[in-house]
Amino acid sequence: MDQNGFSRRSFLAMAMAAPLGMSALASCGTSGPGQARSGEASVWYLTGQPQEGLRKASVDAFNAAHPDGQLAATFFENDAYKTRIRTAVGANQAPTIIWTWGGGGLRDYVRNGQVDDLTEWFAQNPDVKSKRFETSFGAATIDGKIYAVPCEQVSPIVMFYNKQLFEQVGAQPPTTWDELMALVPVFNNAGIAPFSLAGQSRWTNMMWLEFLFDRQGGPEVFDAIAAGEPNAWSHPAAIAGLTKVQDLVRANGFVNGFQSIAADANADQALLHQGRAAMMLHGAWTYGSMKEEGGDFVPSGKLGWVPFPAIEGGAGDPSTGVGNPASFLALSSQASEEQKTIAREYFKSGLLTDADVDGWVASGAVPIVNGVDSKFSGPDAPFQQFVYDTATQARSWVHSWDQALLPGPADEMLNNIEQLFSLSISPEQFATNMNAVPSS
Amino acid sequence: MTSGSVSARQHGSLAWLVLPALVIFTAFGVIPLIGVLLLSFTSWNGIGEITPIGFENWVSVLTDPGLVHSLGVTFLIMALSWLVQTPMSILVGVFIAGQQRYRTVLAVLYFTPLLLSSAAIAITYKALLDPNFGLGASLGIPLLVQNWLGDPVLAIATVVFVVSWQFIPFHSLIYQGAVRQIPASLYEAARIDGAGRVRQFFSITLPQLKYTLITSSTMIVAGSMTLFDLIFVLTMGGPSDATRVLALDMYLRGFRGNMMGPASVIALIIVVVAVLLAMGVQRMGGKDANESRLEGA
Repeated sequence: MDQNGFSRRSFLAMAMAAPLGMSALASCGTSGPGQARSGEASVWYLTGQPQEGLRKASVDAFNAAHPDGQLAATFFENDAYKTRIRTAVGANQAPTIIWTWGGGGLRDYVRNGQVDDLTEWFAQNPDVKSKRFETSFGAATIDGKIYAVPCEQVSPIVMFYNKQLFEQVGAQPPTTWDELMALVPVFNNAGIAPFSLAGQSRWTNMMWLEFLFDRQGGPEVFDAIAAGEPNAWSHPAAIAGLTKVQDLVRANGFVNGFQSIAADANADQALLHQGRAAMMLHGAWTYGSMKEEGGDFVPSGKLGWVPFPAIEGGAGDPSTGVGNPASFLALSSQASEEQKTIAREYFKSGLLTDADVDGWVASGAVPIVNGVDSKFSGPDAPFQQFVYDTATQARSWVHSWDQALLPGPADEMLNNIEQLFSLSISPEQFATNMNAVPSS
Repeated sequence: MTSGSVSARQHGSLAWLVLPALVIFTAFGVIPLIGVLLLSFTSWNGIGEITPIGFENWVSVLTDPGLVHSLGVTFLIMALSWLVQTPMSILVGVFIAGQQRYRTVLAVLYFTPLLLSSAAIAITYKALLDPNFGLGASLGIPLLVQNWLGDPVLAIATVVFVVSWQFIPFHSLIYQGAVRQIPASLYEAARIDGAGRVRQFFSITLPQLKYTLITSSTMIVAGSMTLFDLIFVLTMGGPSDATRVLALDMYLRGFRGNMMGPASVIALIIVVVAVLLAMGVQRMGGKDANESRLEGA
C-alpha cells in the first residue's frame, strides 16, 4: 500500500493544470515574426483586403527601390493585433514600425517612452507634412509633439444601405432618428433585418453611441468624458443616447444573433451585400471590402450611403464626422539606429507615393492627401467625393472613442457597451459604471 | 503481499527518475507561478512601470461581482460537461472495447475530434452555428436556425456541447483501455451465475471502472478550470459575459484590459481552485486510491 499516492496524484493534477493556465498567459508573449534580421526593419500591419494588398505593395516597392535597407512586413487580424502589439511593445519586442490608430493608445506608448518624437523630423521634411490632411495630425499629436506619421486613408463612419431592399419595401433612407425607428418595423415585416451589426467586436456597437452622443449633445459631451470630468457619462444627452440605442435593440433593429457576429470575418458586410440586412453603420473602409467581396453589389450601384440621421431637438451639428482620421505609423524607440534609418526612409519615400495613392483611390478609399479628389473617377467617385467632403468639411471630428481613451478605460467602456447592447444593464447603470472608471 | 518493501526499494533506487519532470515543472510551472504571485501585488498595464500596490488587486478582484459570475459560469460548464461527457464516454468506451472488427472502424470515426485543434473546432462550429450563414440557414432547417452563440442560455449549452464533442473521444479512450483490463474470468463467473449483459455492466464493468472514473473526472475538472481557447474563439465570453469563464476573464483583464495585476490574482485563484477540486475528486476515491481492484479476483 502506498500512502503517498494521494498527494502524488494531486501533485500530478496540479502539474497538469498549472502549465495549462500558464500557457494562456504565455501564448501571446512569443513574437517571432516581429524579430527582423539584423540590417532589416520590421513593420506590423493589419490583414483584410484590399488594404492588405496595398500595404504589401508599398513595402515591396520600397524594398525594390532600396536593396540595401530591407523592410519585413507581418500581417495580423484587427482584433488580435490590438493585444499582440501591446504585449510586444511591453516586452521590448516591438517591430521597428508600429501601426496604430493614434489617440489614447499612442499616448500610452509616448508616456512610457516606447516611441520616438517625430516633430523635428517633420520640420526637416515639410513636404511630408504639407501633403497630408491637416485634420489627420490631431490624433498623432500628444502634448504638442507629433509621434506618428499619418498614412493610408481617412475613414469616417458612414450609414450604408442596400438600395435594392429600400426599393423593395418602398422606403427612403432615414434623415432623422424618428424616421430610422419607423423603418425598423417596415423591414422586420418584410423579413429583412433593419441593421447589420457585428456585436461581438464591441467597437462596432460603440460607433452608434459616438454618433448618438454627438447628435444629441454636441462634441462637448464626449470631450468632457475624455477630459475625465466627474460624472461626465451621466450628462442628460449621454443618457438620452444610451436610451435610444436600447430602444433600437428592443425594437429588433439589429440582425438576429448580432451579439455573436465578429467584424473580422466581414460577416456583417456580407449581410448587407447579400440582401439580408437593409442598413449598416460602418467605417468607410468597408466600401473597399464590399467592392472586393460583394460580387456586383457595389459595381451595379446597389450600395447607397447617407450621413448619420439628425436627432430632432439635438444640439449636435449633423455635419460632424466620426471615425478614424487616418492610420498612423509610429517609430519604436527600442529599434536600432540602422532600423530607424530604414523606417524613416520608408516614412518619407515609401508611404503615399503616387503608386500608393493611386492604389488606395482605385480601391475606393480616400487617401489623406490634399487635392486627391482630382483623381476620383469612375464608379467609385461619388462615394469617394462623399468621404472627402465629410473629412474636409466637417466642422468637428469625433475620434473613435476606444482609441481616444487610454487602453484600460477604453476596455472597461467596451465591456459596458456590450452589456448595454445585450440589455443586461440600463443606461443609468452604464453611466454609473463608467463614471467609476478612472480616465487615466 | 510485501508491497511496502517493494515500494521502498523503488524509492531508493529510482528517485532520480523524477528529476527531468521536476526540472521542467519547476521551469514552466513553479517559476512562472512565483512571477504571477509577485505581479498580483503590483499595478502594471503591460508596457509601463511595474509599481507595487500591496493588496489592492486582491481586494478589488475579490469584491468584484464579475469574479463570482465567472466562477459560477466555470462551475456550471464544468458540471454540465461532466454530466454529458462521463456517461457518454463510459458507454462509448465500453462499446469500442469489444473485439469485433466493425468496432475498430467506428472507433476511428469516434476518435477523429481528438486530432483537431480546439481553435479549428471552434472556428468550424462558429461558422456552422451562424444564424445567418450557418448550417441551419443554408439547409433551410428552421430548428437549427437559433441564436446559438448570441443567447445567454443557448451559448452555455453550445459551449458544453462543443467541449463534449471534442473531449468525449479522449475519455472514451481511457475507458476503453480500462475495460480491456478487466479480467474475462469475472464475466465468465458472472455468466455461470446467470447474470445478463446489463447486470454484468452494472455489477462488474462499472465498479471496475471506479478509478478510471476518478482519473477522467479529475481531468474534466482541471480541464474546465483552464478552458480557454475554445471559448475565446467561439464566443469571446459573450453574449455580454454569459460564457466568460475564469480563464477567459484572466486573459481579457490582462491582455485586453491591460491590467496585469488583477489578471494575476485570477490566475492564482484558478490554480488554487483547480488544485482543491482535483484533490477533492481524488479523495472521493478513498484513501486506497492506488490499491488494485483486482485483489481477490
